[in-house]
Amino acid sequence: MPQKHLILILARELASNLATPTLIADEVGRAVFYNEAAEAVLGIPFAEMGEVDIDDLGASFAPRTPEGEPRPQEDLPARIALDERRAAHERLLITSRDGVERQVSVTGLPLFAHADEFVGAMVIFWRE
Amino acid sequence: MRVTIWGCRGSIPAPGPDTAGCGGNTSCVEVSLDNGAVFVLDAGTGIRELGNALQDRGTRRIHLLLTHLHLDHLEGLRFFAPLFDPGVTIDLWGPRSPVQSLRERIRRSFSPPLFPIDLREIPARLTFHDVPKSPWTIEGAKISSGLVMHPGPTVGFRIEADGATFAYMPDHEPALTGQFQERSRDWISGASIAEDADLLFHDSQYFDAEYAQRVGWGHSSVETAVAYARVVGARRLVLFHHDPVHPDRTLERLEVEAASLSGERDAPPILAREGMTFELSAPASE
Repeated sequence: MPQKHLILILARELASNLATPTLIADEVGRAVFYNEAAEAVLGIPFAEMGEVDIDDLGASFAPRTPEGEPRPQEDLPARIALDERRAAHERLLITSRDGVERQVSVTGLPLFAHADEFVGAMVIFWRE
Repeated sequence: MRVTIWGCRGSIPAPGPDTAGCGGNTSCVEVSLDNGAVFVLDAGTGIRELGNALQDRGTRRIHLLLTHLHLDHLEGLRFFAPLFDPGVTIDLWGPRSPVQSLRERIRRSFSPPLFPIDLREIPARLTFHDVPKSPWTIEGAKISSGLVMHPGPTVGFRIEADGATFAYMPDHEPALTGQFQERSRDWISGASIAEDADLLFHDSQYFDAEYAQRVGWGHSSVETAVAYARVVGARRLVLFHHDPVHPDRTLERLEVEAASLSGERDAPPILAREGMTFELSAPASE
């Protein structure tokens, strides 16, 4: 397995020390880590989930608007940060893996090692 | 592949009778291949004597690999004799910076008030290269580099040639990335550079008690160095980047501690010492 970029290693270390729910994705869109606070929101430990495609992970939570309208993956903040490489933010309703419906605000931030070197994204969940 | 140490001191030169055993020059290592190719790793003050030796040998082509541009890895470059020989070609490789090119960053040290000679006046043919993201080949050697945990853009280097692998990470603080000992290698800073190397030169500037007072300065304790070598599968660890306040007798204690921590009997960790040479070759086939 190829070594993760140092920026992702540092992001993981930062996330693992944060009380803010945080997920780290690599440049090809794999969720490579989320912290304990995110586990409480997503309803499943990372150790149980393992590295997973972020679209598969996102779809498993049935993301929708606060009014209940389904949201396509490409419009979600994580995907925008990965595809368009810009920050994005949205309030969403999700059904966590533990079956609980939760309202969260999600912020996706692209991670660049250099202006022309995109290495992944950090996704922060604000529990409402 | 022959690896020769010309400087292994960290931070600042530390000449004097108390450091003569390991040497007081800052980081510089020569790697010479069987085909005659010459690589120079870092340009600390050790590069001055190396430059004289290369001139004596008539070396005309040099590949200078810079891990980063902190002074103890660059301060000898201005006194590197081949720079002043118009018949010499030097390719300089270093980490990318988000702000300035490698040439511009090095040029700072070739300008007033630090130095009287501008980089444009250097007679040797110089070419500056940002290290690529993927491995590349120079004169038959496969070179890899990757960012490692140290303040500012810093890389480690891996040289694979003549059937052997040498890894060089003189300034590295993997402990700052968390409990790396418990992680898979893909989550360990610099693991792709050091893994399964025949010979690893790794930062081991401090004893553990000292490190506790210097967390975040970019360097490792001997305990971290030994643990790092173990998790990346390096076959031989050389303790590098000696603290300038450590005289030889203190460094000898560091070496004893490293041997004890490693438990390795056949090839225990050893101190880097100026003038030390390692001959690496492909393992004999059965």
